[in-house]
Amino acid sequence: MTCLHLLLTLVFAVSLGTPVEIQRPRGVPLTKKPFYEENKPFTCLDGSRTIPFDRVNDDYCDCKDGSDEPGTAACPNGSFHCTNAGYRPMFIPSSRINDGICDCCDTTDEYNSGAKCENTCKELGLKERDVLQKMAEITKEGFLLKQQLIEEAKKGREEKQGKVTDMQENKKQLEEKVEALRTVKETAEQPEKEAKERHLKAWEEQKAAIRLEKDKAKMAEAFLELDDNADGFVSVSELQSHAELDPDADGTLTETEVQGLMGGAAQVDTSTFESVWTNIKDKYHSEVSREESQPEEPAPVETPPEEVKEPVVDNDSEPFPEDDISEEEDEDEDDEDDYHEDDDKVRVYITQKTGASINFSDLSFDFGPDAEFTYLYSQCYELTTSEYIYRLCPFNRVSQKPKYGGSETNLGTWGSWSGPENNKYLVMKYEHGTGCWQGPNRSTTVKLTCGKETVVTSTSEPSRCEYLMEFTTPAVCQEPANMDLLPHGHEEL
Amino acid sequence: SAPPCGCFILQRWVPLIVLLCVSARAVDRSNFKTCEQSAFCKRQRELKPGRSPYRALLDTLELSDSRITLQLINDNNKVRLLLELYRLQGNMTRVKINELKPLKPRYEVPDVLISDPITETLSVVSQDENSLVLSLGGKDQRLIVSAQPFRLDIVEGPQVLVSLNSRGLLAFEHLRARKDTKSELEQATEQENVEQRTDEDGQIKEEEDKPGMWEETFKSHTDSKPNGPSSISLDFSLPGVEHVYGIPEHADTLKLKNTDGSDPYRLYNLDVFQYELHNPMALYGAVPVLISHSTDRTMGIFWLNAAETWVDISSNTAGKVRVISSEAPQTDVRWISESGIIDVFIMLGPKPADVFTQYASLTGTQSFPPLTALAYHQCRWNYNDQEDVKSVDQGFDEHDIPYDFIWLDIEHADGKRYFTWDPSKFPQPKEMLQGLMDKRRKLVAIVDPHIRVDNGYKIHNEILSKNFYVKNKDGGDYEGWCWPGNSGYPDFTNPEMRAWWASKFAYEQYEGSMENQYVWNDMNEPSVFNGPEVTMHKDALHGGWEHRDVHNLYGLYVQKATADGLVERSGGVERPFVLTRAFFAGSQRYGAVWTGDNAAEWGHLKISIPMCLSLGLAGISFCGADVGGFFKHPSAELLVRWYQAGAYQPFFRAHAHIDTPRREPWLFGPENTALIREAIRQRYALLPYWYQLFYNAHRTGYPVVRPLWVEYPNDVATFSIEDEYLIGKDLLVHPVTDEGATAVTAYLPGKGEVWYDVHTFQKHDGEQSLYIPVTMSSIPVFQRGGSIICRKDRVRRSSSCMENDPYTLYAALNSQGSAEGELYIDDFHTFNFEKAKQFVHRHLSFSANTLSSRNLAPDSQFSTASWIEKIVIIGGSQPSSATLKNADDTESALEFEFDSTLAVLTLRKPGVNAAADWTVILR
Repeated sequence: MTCLHLLLTLVFAVSLGTPVEIQRPRGVPLTKKPFYEENKPFTCLDGSRTIPFDRVNDDYCDCKDGSDEPGTAACPNGSFHCTNAGYRPMFIPSSRINDGICDCCDTTDEYNSGAKCENTCKELGLKERDVLQKMAEITKEGFLLKQQLIEEAKKGREEKQGKVTDMQENKKQLEEKVEALRTVKETAEQPEKEAKERHLKAWEEQKAAIRLEKDKAKMAEAFLELDDNADGFVSVSELQSHAELDPDADGTLTETEVQGLMGGAAQVDTSTFESVWTNIKDKYHSEVSREESQPEEPAPVETPPEEVKEPVVDNDSEPFPEDDISEEEDEDEDDEDDYHEDDDKVRVYITQKTGASINFSDLSFDFGPDAEFTYLYSQCYELTTSEYIYRLCPFNRVSQKPKYGGSETNLGTWGSWSGPENNKYLVMKYEHGTGCWQGPNRSTTVKLTCGKETVVTSTSEPSRCEYLMEFTTPAVCQEPANMDLLPHGHEEL
Repeated sequence: SAPPCGCFILQRWVPLIVLLCVSARAVDRSNFKTCEQSAFCKRQRELKPGRSPYRALLDTLELSDSRITLQLINDNNKVRLLLELYRLQGNMTRVKINELKPLKPRYEVPDVLISDPITETLSVVSQDENSLVLSLGGKDQRLIVSAQPFRLDIVEGPQVLVSLNSRGLLAFEHLRARKDTKSELEQATEQENVEQRTDEDGQIKEEEDKPGMWEETFKSHTDSKPNGPSSISLDFSLPGVEHVYGIPEHADTLKLKNTDGSDPYRLYNLDVFQYELHNPMALYGAVPVLISHSTDRTMGIFWLNAAETWVDISSNTAGKVRVISSEAPQTDVRWISESGIIDVFIMLGPKPADVFTQYASLTGTQSFPPLTALAYHQCRWNYNDQEDVKSVDQGFDEHDIPYDFIWLDIEHADGKRYFTWDPSKFPQPKEMLQGLMDKRRKLVAIVDPHIRVDNGYKIHNEILSKNFYVKNKDGGDYEGWCWPGNSGYPDFTNPEMRAWWASKFAYEQYEGSMENQYVWNDMNEPSVFNGPEVTMHKDALHGGWEHRDVHNLYGLYVQKATADGLVERSGGVERPFVLTRAFFAGSQRYGAVWTGDNAAEWGHLKISIPMCLSLGLAGISFCGADVGGFFKHPSAELLVRWYQAGAYQPFFRAHAHIDTPRREPWLFGPENTALIREAIRQRYALLPYWYQLFYNAHRTGYPVVRPLWVEYPNDVATFSIEDEYLIGKDLLVHPVTDEGATAVTAYLPGKGEVWYDVHTFQKHDGEQSLYIPVTMSSIPVFQRGGSIICRKDRVRRSSSCMENDPYTLYAALNSQGSAEGELYIDDFHTFNFEKAKQFVHRHLSFSANTLSSRNLAPDSQFSTASWIEKIVIIGGSQPSSATLKNADDTESALEFEFDSTLAVLTLRKPGVNAAADWTVILR
């Protein structure tokens, strides 16, 4: 006891404040109180040893897990519990006890440091409730908007699918025309072998891309058709209605056979449908393709499938032609003056063709689980800062233009969704923008938060040439949680 | 922070500049002169060892209490020099040589020596027609002046310690009138005279002008050289010496290399873009101090000259396999400077500590930094705005990583106008500073010496109106390109200018500044993007002196003026903290230095050790390298290893180029975050030891981090070691600096000594190479048996938060079962330790099972809230009882635990105040 007395004297002798009455003991949360029984030996919470109770909170670390010093800074791995009545309770690392900095709004962490802390819990609690309330309102309204977006997207997609076939037909014709023109051109261009090969290669790539897109479009169509109950899953029974898929051609498509086609799954969603599609695409008869024979007026290629009200008219955004294609053509232009006209024609057709492909490709975008991001497609949103005008064209590109003249810089083209595992739709990544001097290619991360409006709220460049944009949209609003869960100033007593 | 070639910054509005820039990956050597390209160096180096043309005129000897003087004559041109010899207190000899009657005064470096060195009587022992023997006092040390050829030898008994001009390389280019400026008539007359003279005496020849004497062009820059040739050179021979060190700053080995067949080491403060390792090229700073060491003696040569300087090292044993040879080892050193006079201090040791004391008595000691400056610094070019600063600050708390300082590089200022804030990025600097202050943290904002030429900029206008700018050769204000574009360079050699500059740091002058804001001086070589070798033209004028004369001193003055400003703004109360890139002898008095713009490469991590050790030997202890590497992007492994190494170097700051991806410690995954956190925490726990070492460095001039040979001067095995070092004398650190390393081999010195792994307490014998397997978490650190080190094991989010925390004593016993150490405590930030003797300095010793704390400074007074929470005795035996005896003789029993496998005794909670007298007795 002499020792303890001495210690107490010492500790208090050096203390700057008056000791506060220790309850529970200090720093212990209510849930752990039973482990700290006054006047009974204390066993470290990890069970490693037992010490007299007067060594709890005696400013010396006895337990390896730090549990004997919940109210002092003695243990490197300890934690301190503040009740924060009026706000929310929290744990802070022991190292923040009496460090002269107010961490707990109820001031309990600074009982001996001389720091002048004020109890701000009530204020914080009110503020938090206020913020949560506002957020809840936004979420609620945002979620309603989201439902509308989902509906619109659904309609839009259905319309589009109706046009898919026409497009395909139209495209075929265009391709033939291009082919014809190209033949003329190539004959004329015989000596210009190198250039021709380049064109050919680009052409092959285009074709491959178109093929892939067609297949993807077909797959998407098929999925939607198969998904009779529109629950976002194709189930065994839904697939079973397509007798043409019968693998052994015995006339009956059994449940087991369907399960085989589906790789053993009871149902598949859009992402897993791909593997099923590979199994069935050769035999699958689309309801649409069955009606294909009926001639329909081809849709004019130049007209985008849907005219959306654009907050910003995106004049210069070419939806898909890749820069390198046009660059190559520019190069060609230099050596092929004679065939300028032909080239122009080819380019027009290629543009039309790629213009056409957009109609398929937008189907291949991941517009979210319920296509709620569809409305962002082919729109652009701007934010003006002191120096620059930033423009975000979702699923397309991000750019930056000096406010007072100067050329535009590409801050990245659409890459992928890259949010956290539990919700990848919270972050968009745009990559491969204009290269930086001695640095990487520019890229932009867009963080999406729930909001009633669709707005770019901030931009920054945390690292050279790595941009960060914050963007609000109703499309990420989650179904509002029960309002009852809001804190009512619930406090631990 | 700033490469001379920050093209992309400038290119936004000065596209032309891009053309001047080089996008090379490594240094563009062609931007910097070789000796061959530096006219005076070429001329001097063409002179080969041989019989000196200089003769001492012994009949001109004048002897006074403090010095002797005599004249030297060059028999080739009859120009006379004046030799001054001084015996200085503390076993030093000063040798000064100037022209007897120079055409105009030659520059003598001011403001580097802290005072006129105290002289001691130099008496003549004997004299004959060709020699003069002077007594240097004690231990039959003599200074012998030989008349023809002239040479000086310092001997001790029969042993020659050092010889000057023994190789005949004394060469003093006297000032002369330019021939083509004389009238033709005069020229003709002189020509006749010369011819006549030559006729009369065949040996006398008028020196011919050599190329580069009156004008020199390098790349597109012409140096007008209105004063003509003025270079000086002198050789020193060190018999018995094989190891020489010092003359920082070079990205090279600790032990200086032989320069026969390569360029000499160059000392010329330069902003070298992406510098290369392992070559003698000049870098940002220069300290013309060379230390020689052998098992017999440690000595130093301090060449006090601020002009461009080259140092040749030639060792007769270099590159040779040691076979039994009749030839005794010897190292020859030759100094060449472009202008000024020969003013050299020969520090005669004989022990390493003596040399440090001697050098400190000349140029002063390391400034004693506020404790917080020894903690961890987080820097980046640039933290973009206030929000960024706030979120990085929060990031440290979220990841529970301590830090004390966040730094702002050039982008914080409004258009690179220093002393201002960018109004859109930092609209409320005080709010930001207050936010940091609430967390007991600090900020450094950069203030560079180049001033934007802009008549809307107050600082520029004031300098202009006070006529404080450096002048060009034609007398107009000198202008050059730097970060802000066209810039002026204040003349920091002018004391009035410095006083004005210092006054600009007053809180009311520097708007938005607060007391937790400190300063960083970068680009103070000075860096001039479009100047010769990216620096100022040598014919620019500082009052009556050419830039040529003062170049290496400019950076010292910038830091001095800034540090003065920080002291003044606090009314003389607070210790300043200023980081500088350029430095000179004496810079240690003003703050910290770092090794400039390094790169995220393993080689750069490795070289940071010898670079800082060399600086420490030359008086500058407060040294560090950019953790992570400035240029390029480090791998997670390199970054972690760099943090682990940096945590054990004096100045501990992470920094990154603006083009590199962000690299705050938590951006490399949780495992690496944990490793970095642990490294930084080790630093914070050890802050009491660092602080005590800096206090001692401030008092004595001993380096804080030391090559092993400094403490083990007789162990030849230590002489070339540069991958490990000692912190003080008690901690040995061997950082892991190899990619993918699975082990390191550390040399533990000291026959009969023992070392303890500080993490495991495992014991190892001295004088062995120890193979140490390592993992990513390993930082091999050993505590010397026989030492007591005080730590604060309660690591908090900043060092200020830990000020009143208790200490844990780690007593590592030597083979005799004893140990000793020190504990130093004060208020950690003011000058009261000096002005009011407010500090605690304790001596801790353990022997014969008794540990006691004794007051080392009975006349000092300071009360601390800190107490002793734990005592860990490593390498002891199990006692049956432990008793604490207080100053008032009260006794209490201490509880203890004993780990018998490691022989570690832990005494529970002595609880005594850290300033008290106490004893612990084990029975």
